[in-house]
Amino acid sequence: MLPKIFFGYFAVVMVVLSLLIVTRKNPVHSVLWMLALFFHIAGLYLFLNAEFLAAVQVILYAGAILVLFLFVVMMLNLKEEVMGERFGKEWPVGISIGAFILVLFFFTINKFSQGPTGQYTIERIKAETHTKAIGSVLYTEFLLPFEIASLILLIAIVGAIVLAKKTK
Amino acid sequence: MNPMTPGSYMPTEYFPVLITMVIASAVGFGALFVGNLFRLKRAYREKLMAYESGNPPLEEPRYRFNVKFYIIAMLFVVFDVEAVFLYPWAIVYDKIGLYALIEMLLFIVVLVVGYVYAWKKEAFVWD
Amino acid sequence: MNIFGFSVPAGYEFIINLVILLIKIGIVVGITMLHVLYATYFERKVIGHMQIRLGPMRTGFHGFLQPVADGLKLFFKEDIIPAQADRTVFKIAPVIFVFAALSSLAVVPFFDGFVIANVNIALLYVLAMSSLGAYGVIMAGWASNSKYSFLGGLRSSAQVISYEVALGLSLVGVMLMAGSLNLSEIVSAQQQHWYGMFLFPQCIGYFVFMVSAFAETNRTPFDLPEAESELVAGYFVEYSGMRFALYYAGEYIGMIVMSSIAVLCYWGGWTLPPFLLKALPFLAVVPGIVWFLLKVYFHIFLYYWVRATVPRYRYDQLMGLGWKVMIPLALANIVVTSVVRYIVP
Repeated sequence: MLPKIFFGYFAVVMVVLSLLIVTRKNPVHSVLWMLALFFHIAGLYLFLNAEFLAAVQVILYAGAILVLFLFVVMMLNLKEEVMGERFGKEWPVGISIGAFILVLFFFTINKFSQGPTGQYTIERIKAETHTKAIGSVLYTEFLLPFEIASLILLIAIVGAIVLAKKTK
Repeated sequence: MNPMTPGSYMPTEYFPVLITMVIASAVGFGALFVGNLFRLKRAYREKLMAYESGNPPLEEPRYRFNVKFYIIAMLFVVFDVEAVFLYPWAIVYDKIGLYALIEMLLFIVVLVVGYVYAWKKEAFVWD
Repeated sequence: MNIFGFSVPAGYEFIINLVILLIKIGIVVGITMLHVLYATYFERKVIGHMQIRLGPMRTGFHGFLQPVADGLKLFFKEDIIPAQADRTVFKIAPVIFVFAALSSLAVVPFFDGFVIANVNIALLYVLAMSSLGAYGVIMAGWASNSKYSFLGGLRSSAQVISYEVALGLSLVGVMLMAGSLNLSEIVSAQQQHWYGMFLFPQCIGYFVFMVSAFAETNRTPFDLPEAESELVAGYFVEYSGMRFALYYAGEYIGMIVMSSIAVLCYWGGWTLPPFLLKALPFLAVVPGIVWFLLKVYFHIFLYYWVRATVPRYRYDQLMGLGWKVMIPLALANIVVTSVVRYIVP
């Protein structure tokens, strides 16, 4: 029962926080709410027995990507941003697409069925620790995706410098 | 053999962390609240002005800043992701052995290429 | 369940455990706060004597009540929120800063078996909390709406994120040696070796870690964000009274946490090296907490020592050092450690 209450709390609060993020006028406030959101996502990962993912969620999303967001937001001219309209003119289109997806989810949600149980049960992850379990799968079975990740990171470095650096 | 569904698992070992976080924020807010009961409140216009060595502030303080900060933030994201890949690798290194060593050397070499590129493009030079 | 000979009726275990937990957290937070108070005193004393001065002398015996006086003063100081500031963010920023610093204490083991939360990802948790602290800094700089604060906040956040990479990478060496992220397990892994401290095989990692820790906690020679002579006080120039005190306390808690992590990961925590114990068996009588505190005090002294010795870096030198020296050193350390570890398991 108790884990279900926590799950309900996380689910509701995450939706509320997401709404707060998109409705704030001041983008820096949105970023702060997003920080709270990332912590709740990390909490949800803990309740899925994925402590490594929870830590990575905070280190990468809250600690790295959100700082980047903050820098970008601070680069904007906030004065104009805050004075302007809260939503663009296209907001009815956005809402209707969102509502359509929601209805779609509503009709398909009971068609979901649980897939076969994998070899990693709660007990096994408890015994082995989540980090080890991830490591021993990621660096053996998923070797190729892992190496491709390094190439993607390389592209990210090159892209960042090409975009932001002035040509001399 | 419990299938992993939301709301079926309780991470009890993290409960003390939660309580510590609650107490930590209570210390922060509590110090401010108690201070609020005792301290003076005698504000006037000059006191509430932004500090600029006694002069009235000249222009908008939140000016647009050097794009360098932005490059550093992007490079930081990339290297942080790399570091995160290294943590589980370090933990399972003893178990997997030579295989892990070679694949991580490959991974680091690819990233060092990007690092050298950034260096050559003077991304780390602050002027 | 049995506590001190009293049997606890079933159903009350949760409450009893909660009370024990609260007492534990109270002890840890209380003792840390006391350390923060006296760390400021000893900082002034140590630096005073290094500069052939006496430091605080007036309040109490050799100025021993100085931190109490300072605390009371800050407590009664007026709290000024600049008219142009973003009030909500301005108010919440120091709390985020102190929250991040205090929450890290949850996973730090102080002696064998005494830790608030014995979690598997303790080291990652500390890294995550230290990255949260950057928000306290950058938000303060932005919310104050002052040029000095804004520039200080920007500089500081760029500095903190640059050195965070080096900090994380330097700890990979320890993870390789210990095969765990749990701080207690890292300590016991060091006991498996005759030298008993990762300090010796990981001396490069330790060096990178300490330099990054200095930069992470914004201490001299990397105290650019608050460089008194240029930016007055950097990101918290507009803060006064208790809010200023929170930043001050947060910085010292950060120092204590970083020193504790250094001690646990490189200095064997509360244990002594086995070769030393073999040579001097009577040392085993001393409880572990004493060794742990002595090692932490040494690191805090190191902070003061460096502050009194080394001049401040220029900002371009600081960023250059982080990206061009510390990160390659940490990466080289990882490669060398893993190769050596493969040859000599």
